[in-house]
Amino acid sequence: MDNITILLEAPVITLDLVLNGLLIGALFALAAYGMALVWGVMNIINIAQGEFVMLGGYVAIVMGIAGIHPLFAVPVAAALLYAIGWALFHLVIFRVVDRDIFISILATFGISIVLQQLMNTLFGGNVQAADADLGTALFMGGMVTLAKIKLLAFALAVVLAVALVVFLRRSRLGQAIRATAQNTRAARVLGIDTYRVHAATFGLNAALCGACGALVAMAYTIHPYIGLPYTIRSFMIVVVAGLGNLAGVIAAGLGLGAAENIAGFVLGTQYQLAFVFLLLVVVLVWRNWRLARRRQYLK
Amino acid sequence: MSVAAYRPAGYLAIVAIGIVAPFLFPAYQSQMAELWLFIVFALTWDLVGGQMGYNSFGNVVFLGVGMYACVVAQVGLFYPVSAYNAARGGGATVFTFDMTQYLEGLAIGLPVGALLATLTALALGSIVLGMRGHYFAICTLGLGIAAGEIANGWEWIGAGSGMVPPNAPDAVGDLSRFYYYFALALAVVTFLVLRWLYMTRFGLAINAIRDNEDKAEAMGLKTTQIKVTAWMISAFFLGIAGGLLGNLKRFIDPIDTAFAGPTYGVWMVLMAILGGKGTLWGPVIGAVVFQVLKEASWTYLLGWQRVVLGLVIVVIVVFFPQGIMGFVRERFPDWFGHRVEGGTIAGPARKETLR
Repeated sequence: MDNITILLEAPVITLDLVLNGLLIGALFALAAYGMALVWGVMNIINIAQGEFVMLGGYVAIVMGIAGIHPLFAVPVAAALLYAIGWALFHLVIFRVVDRDIFISILATFGISIVLQQLMNTLFGGNVQAADADLGTALFMGGMVTLAKIKLLAFALAVVLAVALVVFLRRSRLGQAIRATAQNTRAARVLGIDTYRVHAATFGLNAALCGACGALVAMAYTIHPYIGLPYTIRSFMIVVVAGLGNLAGVIAAGLGLGAAENIAGFVLGTQYQLAFVFLLLVVVLVWRNWRLARRRQYLK
Repeated sequence: MSVAAYRPAGYLAIVAIGIVAPFLFPAYQSQMAELWLFIVFALTWDLVGGQMGYNSFGNVVFLGVGMYACVVAQVGLFYPVSAYNAARGGGATVFTFDMTQYLEGLAIGLPVGALLATLTALALGSIVLGMRGHYFAICTLGLGIAAGEIANGWEWIGAGSGMVPPNAPDAVGDLSRFYYYFALALAVVTFLVLRWLYMTRFGLAINAIRDNEDKAEAMGLKTTQIKVTAWMISAFFLGIAGGLLGNLKRFIDPIDTAFAGPTYGVWMVLMAILGGKGTLWGPVIGAVVFQVLKEASWTYLLGWQRVVLGLVIVVIVVFFPQGIMGFVRERFPDWFGHRVEGGTIAGPARKETLR
C-alpha cells in the first residue's frame, strides 16, 4: 500500500487523479442517462449500452483514418447510432418490451455479443484511439496535466446533457416520452403512439451513447470489448442516482470516475476494472440493505 | 404410463451408449467429454435459474474457482506454483509428474476445487441472494467479470497468460478418454442427484421460491437458507466440472475459459433455456443440441462463430423462450400426464411452460 502514502504525501497527484476522473466521469454520466431513459420509459435494462458507446468510438476512428477531424464524428456517430438503435428496436427490442425482465436482459446481452464480436472481426482486437491533436493543458507548474480534448469532451458532454433536458421538457416528442415513462397505458389512451415513442427513446439512447463513444475514442481509447464495463458503470450510476434524476446521474458519474481513477492508482491499473465490477456488487448490496431496513420500519 | 415402465431401461441404455461411445467414435471423444460437462453446466444452472427462478450470470465463477483450485492443487502439491507458472514458455526447469503424483494431484485437486467453489457460493450467496430480479442478474454478471479481471491480474496463478495443467505421464494413455469417463460419471451423478433433489421437499421449496418468494417466506420457509443451499449444490458440481474442464482443455485462459466472456458463462444459460428452463431433461437436451450446433458452427463458420452465437442467443430468447421441453409439453401434453380440456392444458403444466 505504498501508493496510498504517495497520495497522502503528494496531494497534487491526488488532485490530478481526481480531475482526470471527473472528466471521464461526465462521459459515464452521459451513457448512464441514456440507460435511465430506456429503463424508465420501457422498463428494459439495455446490456448493449456499452456496445453503442464502442460503436460510436469506431465511427470516430474510421473518420480519423479517412482524414476527417474526429471532432466531426460526434454528430455523425450520434446520427448513425440513432439509426442503429431505431433498427434494433424494430428488429428485436419491441418484442421484449412487456416481457419478463430476464428475457430483455438476455436478449440485449445477445445483441452486445453480436456487436462486440462483429467489431472484433472487422477491426481486430487492438486498442485504438482517434487523435484529435489538441495538446495538453498544464496546471500548477506542470504537476496537474489535463489533455485539452478531455476538457472539451467534458464540455460537450455537459452541452449534450443540457440539450437533452431541454428536448425532454420542451419538444412534443420529449413530452410524449415523459408521459410514456409515467404511465404507458394512460399515454396510449390519450393518443400517444407509444410504439413510436419507444422506438424514438431507444434511438435517442443509442445516439447519446454514440456521441459519448466518439468522445471516449478521442479522449481515451477504444477496443471491441470495452462495452461491458460501460454498461456496468451506467447501471451502477442509475442504481445510485435513481431513475429520472439528471443531477444525481451527473453527480454519481463524476464520483465514479474519480473513485475509479484513484482505485486504479492505488491497486494498480490491472485491477481497475475488477474494482468497477466489485463496486457494482457493493452498491447493489448497499441498496438491498437499505431496502431491507425500510421494510423493517414498515413492519 | 408406458413411459415410466421403460425409464430404468432408458437410463441404462444412455449410460451404456456413453460408455462405449469413445470406442465407436474415437475422433470425437474430447468433444463428447465436453458434452458431458456441458450437461453438468446446464443442469446446475437450471437448479438455480430454472427451478428456483434466480437467473444467474455468475455461476461461471464456481466453474472458474474449481478450475483454478484444482490445477493449483495439482501443481502445488509437488512444486511451488509461482515457479511453475514462471517456467511457462520454455524455462530452464521442466516440471514432470509421474503417475502416482498425477493421480494423487487429481484425487486432491478435484475435491479441493469442489470445496472451494461451494465455499465461494456460501460466501457470495449470503451477500447477493437477497436481491431479486434484474438486480440479482446484473450483480452476478458483475461478479463473474470481476472474478475474471482478478484472475487476469493475479501473478501467482499466471495472470493474463493463464495456467497450464500438469503434463500427464505416458501411463495415463489417451488423455481425452481418461477425462471422458470422469466427465461421464460426473454427469450421471449430477443428473441422479438433481433428479432425487427435485422430488424431495427441498425441490418443492425452491419451486415455491420461484413461483412466489414472498408467499413462500410467509408460509414459513427459510428462503435465504434454501437459496444459499441450492446455490452451493450447484457450485459443488460446477467446481468438479471446472477441474475436469481445465485438465481436458489443457489450458486455462482467465477471461475466456474460466470466467465471464462469450463462452461457458453464457453457454450454460443458453443451453438451459434452449432445452427448457425448470425441467429435468430440458438442460440435458439443450446441452446436446447446443454442443452439436456449436461444433458445426465452429467448423463451418470459422471466424464468425461468436457473432453467430450472439444471434443464436437473441433468436432463442426472443422467439423460443419456452425451450424444447416447453414446446414439446405444449404440443403433446398427454405425454407428460397432463389432461387436456377444450384445447387448453388443465393443471399446472400451462403455468410452467409460460414461465
